[in-house]
Order: sequence, then C-alpha cells, then structure tokens
Amino acid sequence: MDPSRKRVIRLVVALSAALVLASALVYVSFTAGDREVTASQLLRVARPGQSYILAGTVLVGSVRREGQALVFRIRDPRLRLSVPVRYSGIVPDPFAAGRAVMVTVREPSAGPTFVGQGNSLTTKCPSKYQAQAAS
Amino acid sequence: MAPVGRTLLILGLVVAVYGICASIYGVRTGRPQWVDSGRRAVYSLAGLMTVAWVILEAAFLRSDFTFNVVWQHSSTTTPTFYKLAAPWSSQEGSLLLWVWLLSLWSSLILFLTRRRIRDIAAYATAVLLGFATFFVSLAAFFANPFTTTSTPPAQGSGLDPLLLHPTMMIHPPMLYSGYTLLTVPFAFAVGALITGKLGSEWIALTRRFALASWLFLGTGIVLGALWSYTELGWGGYWAWDPVENAALMPWLCITAFIHSVMIQEKRGMLKVWNVSLVLGSGTLAILGTFLVRSGILDSIHAFGASTLGVPFVALLALMIGGGLGLILWRRRLLASEARLDSLLSREAVFLFQNLVLMGMVVVIFWITFFPLISEAVTGNKISVGPPAFRPFIVPLALVLVALAGIGPIIAWRRVTAANLRRNFLLPVAAGLACLVVLLADGVDSRPFALAMFALGTFVLVGVVQELVRGAAARRAMTREAPPLALVRVIRRNRRRYGGYIVHAGLAILLIGVAASSSFQHSRQVTLTPGQSASVNGYAIRYVKPTEHVATDRSGALASIAFGAVLKVSRGGHRVTTLRTVRRFYPAPLTPGVGPISIAFAGSADSVVGLQTNLTHDIWTVINPNLAPLQGRINQGDRVFERLMQSLTPAQAAQPTVRNTIATEQAVAINGLSRQFVTHPWPVTFLLIVDPLVLWIWIGAAIIVFGGLLALWPIPVLLRSRSRARSAVRSHPASPREPVLDHATAMREPA
Repeated sequence: MDPSRKRVIRLVVALSAALVLASALVYVSFTAGDREVTASQLLRVARPGQSYILAGTVLVGSVRREGQALVFRIRDPRLRLSVPVRYSGIVPDPFAAGRAVMVTVREPSAGPTFVGQGNSLTTKCPSKYQAQAAS
Repeated sequence: MAPVGRTLLILGLVVAVYGICASIYGVRTGRPQWVDSGRRAVYSLAGLMTVAWVILEAAFLRSDFTFNVVWQHSSTTTPTFYKLAAPWSSQEGSLLLWVWLLSLWSSLILFLTRRRIRDIAAYATAVLLGFATFFVSLAAFFANPFTTTSTPPAQGSGLDPLLLHPTMMIHPPMLYSGYTLLTVPFAFAVGALITGKLGSEWIALTRRFALASWLFLGTGIVLGALWSYTELGWGGYWAWDPVENAALMPWLCITAFIHSVMIQEKRGMLKVWNVSLVLGSGTLAILGTFLVRSGILDSIHAFGASTLGVPFVALLALMIGGGLGLILWRRRLLASEARLDSLLSREAVFLFQNLVLMGMVVVIFWITFFPLISEAVTGNKISVGPPAFRPFIVPLALVLVALAGIGPIIAWRRVTAANLRRNFLLPVAAGLACLVVLLADGVDSRPFALAMFALGTFVLVGVVQELVRGAAARRAMTREAPPLALVRVIRRNRRRYGGYIVHAGLAILLIGVAASSSFQHSRQVTLTPGQSASVNGYAIRYVKPTEHVATDRSGALASIAFGAVLKVSRGGHRVTTLRTVRRFYPAPLTPGVGPISIAFAGSADSVVGLQTNLTHDIWTVINPNLAPLQGRINQGDRVFERLMQSLTPAQAAQPTVRNTIATEQAVAINGLSRQFVTHPWPVTFLLIVDPLVLWIWIGAAIIVFGGLLALWPIPVLLRSRSRARSAVRSHPASPREPVLDHATAMREPA
C-alpha cells in the first residue's frame, strides 16, 4: 500500500479512537456524577432520591454515635449554617470535629437528617491541616 | 534568627532575578562571563536557601515558638526525628523545601553542563531561576516561614499524630524532589527550542534528571499509598483524590518520555512529541503543586483556600502558552528524520504505549478537573469520584501491561516471523497457561483481573527470557558462570536491563492491585469479647479488650488507647493473633470542653492489626464507641469544674494545688480507661481479607531497584567505549540499521 495512504488510515484510526474515548468520558462524567454542594446549597436544592457530595467542616460538638451510625453536622465553610448527617460505614482516622470532610448524602424519606452513603466519607489529609493564624 | 531567614529570602529573590538577567544578557550578547555569572547565581541561591532551610530546621529542633510555623506544627514533646520532618507539614515550610530542592537540582545540572551546550544551558539557567523567583516570591510575600509572634505560646500545637509515621515523613520530600527535578528537562527543552539546537545532546544530559524525577515521584506515590494502608484506618491505598492524581499525571507523562526518547536517540523520530512530553511533564508538576496549594478543588490532600491560586494560574498560563509558541516556532527543526517502518516494531509499541499513557493522563485530568469544568459549563459543580476512573483506567492499564511485555521482546524497525516465534512463544504460552489454570480453578468472576494475571505472567516470563538469553549470550563469549554472566550483562547494560526489571515490577504491582481490588472481602462488625465474625472463611474472635494511658516526658497525658486482641483461625486451625488499638489524643484547651472530655477530644489514630504474607493480608482496626463512657466523662467534667470554681485565683495558681488537681484528673482518666477492660461494651471492627497486597509493595520495590539500576552511572571505561560505538553508529555505512539481536543490543550505550 502507498505509504502516505497508510499514514492517513493510521491517523483516521487514531483520531476515531480518541473521539470514542472523549465521547465516553464526557458521557460518563455528566451522567454518573453527583453534584458537589455546601450545606446551604444542599438545603436549597436537595431533591428526594438524588445524591449529592456534601463538603464542609464537621461542626464542633455535633459528633455522636447512635448504634452503628455516626451522627454529625456539616457546616457551610462560609455561612453559620449546618446540616445533620447520619452515616454508616468506614470512618477514616482523621475524622474529627472541626475537620474538613466530604460525604455523599441523600435526602431522607422522613426527618431532617440526611443519609450518608456507606463508605463515602473522606477527611482532610492530616498533612494539610492548618492552624489558626498567629496573633 | 527569623529576621535572618526573611533577609535570606529577599536576598535569594535578588540573586535569582540577577541570574536571569545575567544569563540572558550573556547569551544574547555572546559574553560568556555573564553566562557564568548567571550560573554562579544559581549556586549562590542554593547556598542561601540551604542556610534558610537550616535556620528553619534549627527553629523546629529548638522548639522556638516565636516562629509561627513552629508552634503551629510542632511541640516540645514532638520526637526529634519528627521535628526535623515537621517543616514540610506546613504550607510555608513546604514552599521553602520546594525552592531549596529546586536550587540544589538546578545547581547540579548546571555544574554538569558547565562546559557543554552553553547556549542552551544559559537559557535553561534563566528558566530555572524563573521558577526559583516565583517560589521564593511566594515564600517571601505570600507564605513566609519566618513570620513570628510577639507572644509565643508555652507549648506548640504539635504534629498531628497521624503524621508520626516514618513513611509519611519521607513521602513529601520524595514528591517535591520529583516535581522539582521535572523542571530541569523543562528548562533545557525551552533552551533547546530557543536556540534551535534540537539535537540529542540536551536530551542525553537531562535524561537522567527525567529518570530521577520519575523515580522520586513514583517512590513518593507508593510511600503515600503504604502510609494510607497502614495508618489511616480505612483499609485502602488509593482514593483517586485530586492531589494523588496530581502526582500521578506527571509521573505517567514522564514515563511516556523515558520510552519515546529512545526512539529519538535511535531513529531521530518523535521530536515534537518528546519536547511536548517534557514541557507537559513540567507543566503538570506545577499544576500538581498548584492543586495542593490553591484549594481550588476540594481535596483531602490540599491545603485550605489560599491567595496562591492567581500567581500559579499566571505561571501555568505562561508555561503552556510559551511552550506551545516555542514548539510552533521551531516545528521545522523538529521534523522527524525517519518514519515508522511498520506497526509491528518496537518503535510502534513504544508509540502505542505513549498513547495509552497519555490517554490515562487525559482521563485523569478530565475527571479530576470535572467539578471545575462542569461548574463553568452548567453552573453546578459535579464530582464523579473514584468509580468513574475504573471503566477507563482498567482497560488502559491492561493494554499498558500487554505493551510492557511486548516492548522488550519485539524487534526494532520491523518484526519478522522468526522474531515472533523466537521471542513470543514462551511468554504467550505462559500467559495462556496462567489463564487456563485460573479458569480451571474457578477464578472466573472478574474478567479484568484474570486478564491482568495472564498479561502479568506474559510480561514476567518475557523479562526472565531476556535476562536468561542476555546471560547466555555473554556466557557463550566469556565462559563465565551463569550467575556471574547475568550480573555482568546487567552491569554493562544498566539502562536496558534496569528498564526490563521495572517492567517486571510493574507487572507484579498491577497483579497485586488487580487481586486486592477485585477479590477483597470486607466486613464491619460489632462484637463483645468472646464473639466471632467470619470473613472469607476466616473466623475472627474478639478475645479481650486492652487499654493504656500514655504520658509524655513531662508527665502530661499523651494518649488514651483502647484496643483489642483478636484470634484468627481457619477450619479450626489457628492462623494468627491480631492486636489493634485506637488512640485518642487530648485536644488543646478549648472553651466549653470539660477537663475530662478534653482528654478524648483531640485527634485519634489507629494501630492497624495486620497479618501479611505472600498470599493475603488480614487487616483490622477497632472503632470503640465512647458513648457508654459519656455519662462518666460528663460526671468527671462537672466534678472538676466545680472544684476549679471553688478555688480562689491565688489557690488555683499555686503549683501544689495545680499538681494535686492534675494528679486527681490523671486518676480519673485512668479509672475511665480501665472501664473499657473491666466492663467491656460492644465495639466495632473493620475486618478485611485482601489477597496479594504484599505484592504491590514488592512490585514497587522491584520498580525502584530497576529504576536505580537504570539511573546508576556506568563506569568511565564502558562509557567511553559506548560513546565511540555511538559515534560509529551515528555515521553508518548503510542507511538502514540492522535489526538488533542480542549480540548488538548488549552493547547499547547506557
């Protein structure tokens, strides 16, 4: 086969593969993703059955155990507002009051406490904790 | 010493700016003394930053709490080793570490090139000092490690207990070394593009730096994974977090470069691609640093939101725009000297492997940045999380392993039927045999894992075959004993065989990853002493609780540990005994938190109960529920608060009274702690049985060994012989290079 024709065929195959990969990536990203929200946004937008990734800090004094579940409030980083979450699953060691966390939650069928999806809780890496600014 | 530190940063800034101007002026006007002066500015910067770093380390060692960064990240009770390592747990200290390492690597490469490629080196000096100017400016004006307080606290906040782990303290410097080393090839690529001297010399001089950055970054990534697995109490080693991905992307990119550069060295092909990979790796390294420091993406590994984002975006824009502009400007000089002869050749395999690696980078980049992309497009931040990576990364990883097996055994230029038979028969047969054995054994539920096992076997057998053949070829010529022949053939061809060993390590590592992620059995159970739970055929019995109250050197409470002893058996036979502990650390004095509550209110960490062997890990952590103690803790708070309120300020200030109260509090805390053993209540355990995890760490160690072997300088005599042969090969009598066989391949330049 003519070498230049060969090169055109290779280019078309490579571009087609890239296009397929890119399309799949865009499709999966938009269909499989969860909206990342703060506490105030969650209260505004939460719909039953829909899951959200809630990001914020664990409210000091809010952490307690209820049987197997861990119940705590996640505070909006900018507003004096928090939402309660009931979570069952693996609790990473760095989890503590005042720490930044992310957890996938759903609106409850009843009551105000959001339900955390099992094993979805992640906590700020301890190498990145920052103390309050010096006086 | 803080004012000296601040002055050194300013001096460093002045020296860096001077060095940029001197280098560019020298090279533009043809005055070598100015170029030399620019190079010496880099050495001076390294000296200044070394002194600055020593001052900061000394402040940590002396627990000098006038330094804000010291009281925020250390304490008098922090062990000395961790005091030395504490500077890089802060934004300020880690920035200084960045610029210090950058100045050291820059000095090393400029010393090595002081009599070679002087034009390119002059521009590279300016680029390296440009990076230094940027980071010294950040350290001096945005996150200064030498800021002080006029009212230093008596005691520092201390280092987070989770960071008191040797692995974790090596991991950040490894990553920073990897990132900073990537700026060296970047700077020389820019220099080569500006001067138009795009031959292979700049690549040959900076290749080792690319390899070293690959080694450091890879080691840092694996150490982070090991720390996560053994310390963080969630049982995993990789979470696809943005900052983890930020380290992985430049590593993948530089891996592609390390392979494709061989094609440029041998055939003069892929010049645009190689220079793009070098510029891309450098840019991704800065992107990774930006992700950690800007707080732009919610990452568990990122520092909080800061003002560093804008300067980083400006730098990234300059790197991307400048790099693209230079490549377009020099596109004619970057034209390939040869074309791909066949898709069935080693060049083509390297090219496919490059495309797969870059495909991985694109996938990781897209998913990592998708929250920002989606916010820009739809107004909503959407995260896809770890499950979105798997459908793309797993098939790409399978193709990559297959190519890692094919690459070392396929011929250059064009494969022949004889080459196929000779080199592929045994590895392919071994891979298929592995597949058949596993299917016959009933391991058919995870097709991707099965494919990884078969392909991993193919790679391993291929590498062993190459090592055996190399040793046999040498033995035929020298009559040496087989082990000696093997050692010597590897010694004479370190780059080639180091690379093969890396491939074997990668195959082993990915077999471990495939097995542990596909066949993991995990259960969270709540048990009382005497009760058992079953995980994948293992009976795990909670034998007894344990407790321990630890004090520091001053006698103050250090931690309260609640633990458990568990016996593991299978089929009635004892397998092992696991001991796991959860330690609670006291919080700093906090208004509203009682004197007993505060003992449990700080950080907590787990000591993982782990039995590891070549076939599987049995992993457990305890999560003791403190609720049954809460009533007594509250009662203790009330008692001690009433006692404190009953004292006059003068009484409360008396050392004897304070000592008595502290002793009473210690008695109360010890009593509470004993409750966990004398009146045990149900506690929760996470139990995991995970196959082949140890092979991940073994594979990583083999990769590091192979990388070091490839990086290690060859003896001077061999190098001069190789150069002579290279010179002969670069002016061949025939325009077509013969297909390399073992006899010729043994004499490749290292």
